[in-house]
Amino acid sequence: MGLDFSVIPKYLDIVLLGAVWTIAITIGAAVVSFFGGIILAIIALYAPKIISWPFRAFSFLFLGTPLLLQLFLIYFGLVQIGIDVPAFMAGVIGLGLHFAVYNSELFQTSILAVDKGQNEAARTLGLSRLQALRKVIVPQAVRDVIPPIGNNMIALLKDSALVSVIGVSELTLSAQRAIGSTYRPFEFYVLVAIIYYIINLVMEAVLRHVERRIQVSR
Amino acid sequence: MSDQPPFIDIRHAQKSFGTLDVLKDISLQVERGQIVAIIGPSGSGKSTLLRAINDLDPLTGGEIWLEDKQINKTLPHRQYEKHINEVRQEIGMVFQHFNLFPHLKVRENVTMAPKMLKGLSEAQANALAEEQLTKVGMIERIDYYPSQLSGGQKQRVAIARALAMKPKVMLFDEATSALDPELVEEVNLVMKTLAEEHMTMIIVTHEMGFAESVCDRVLFMDQGVVVEEGPPEVIFRNPTNERTRNFLRKHLAGQAG
Repeated sequence: MGLDFSVIPKYLDIVLLGAVWTIAITIGAAVVSFFGGIILAIIALYAPKIISWPFRAFSFLFLGTPLLLQLFLIYFGLVQIGIDVPAFMAGVIGLGLHFAVYNSELFQTSILAVDKGQNEAARTLGLSRLQALRKVIVPQAVRDVIPPIGNNMIALLKDSALVSVIGVSELTLSAQRAIGSTYRPFEFYVLVAIIYYIINLVMEAVLRHVERRIQVSR
Repeated sequence: MSDQPPFIDIRHAQKSFGTLDVLKDISLQVERGQIVAIIGPSGSGKSTLLRAINDLDPLTGGEIWLEDKQINKTLPHRQYEKHINEVRQEIGMVFQHFNLFPHLKVRENVTMAPKMLKGLSEAQANALAEEQLTKVGMIERIDYYPSQLSGGQKQRVAIARALAMKPKVMLFDEATSALDPELVEEVNLVMKTLAEEHMTMIIVTHEMGFAESVCDRVLFMDQGVVVEEGPPEVIFRNPTNERTRNFLRKHLAGQAG
């Protein structure tokens, strides 16, 4: 049985719709992981122990267990205690929180790396600790950490394939559906691999653009 | 004048890190419009004293008053934060390393705090920034980032940023020590302008010539105490204390060499 790529056009719309879902999940989870990461970092660094400790435990939980298991737990597990999360939301939350924990580690390092004089200058003007963080420290910390955060976001895009197991019709699951009808796994997996790669290239181009834009304000 | 309480009143200031006493029972009164220079060897506690005034380095003993307000009063944490943030709005500070916000343009460096803390509109804050930047001669650079400026230009912007809060007093912590020699003068000129406007200033400095020409009073500090104080012509020309004489001799020799 040879290869036959001529089956692709017939299923292209399903696969492209899957790509749209993959992009939507990736963007949603990226936003959650970005702001979640900043909030987790600030809590870890500045909140009193009684608040930061539970969050620390939560972070260890997310770092120390498989993402696949976390998705199962959010989608299939939470229903049992009356929290019914739609599959797409479960994917965004699961992926988002998982990568928020990774991002938080990066943000913590970069927040601590911002020169002490920056905080002193802000506080001297009369800004509160939180105002200084929001307007002076965090913007600089974020700027310094864009490249490694970008790497995390590319990992997030690839891990979004896991969301197929809870039934979100993203790219990988659409490919499997097309394969189910055509019995052409090689053709569709290659197609999907190419689409992931293209999304990746676009993400990297956007990141490079952002990095260039912040270069001047260093 | 003498009937009024001092504008800034430092009473028995003490500061220790463990067993190390950085400030030992220092008292200092500054009148409104007075310009006081604090000189002394490094490690003498002069920067610590300056930074205690706006509570960047809190005292371990003693009181600091600005007019009728005690700056370092004892309050529950939350109330103290609110109190100190209000007090700090009235005290401008200029640092050795400028500490401009590198992610913001010159304009935003100056407008940020007035907009956030005084509720100025964008237009009001811009007008204020333009006024202050004109005063320090930096209006042409208003849309530059700090990374595009020289050290002297950065420090002038830092002064404008502090002035935009309309402080009652300005603290200068070795404002020209990090500058290349040829850039010192432009910052000194701005400080002289402030002196002519009778801004109350406390200046920690190594620039004896500048201190002599601008200041009303000079304090010589060593090892956490004020060794000698007086008008600049006395401290610089005719100091009575042996330690002051030694310091000035060494310092002037260093400058000549």
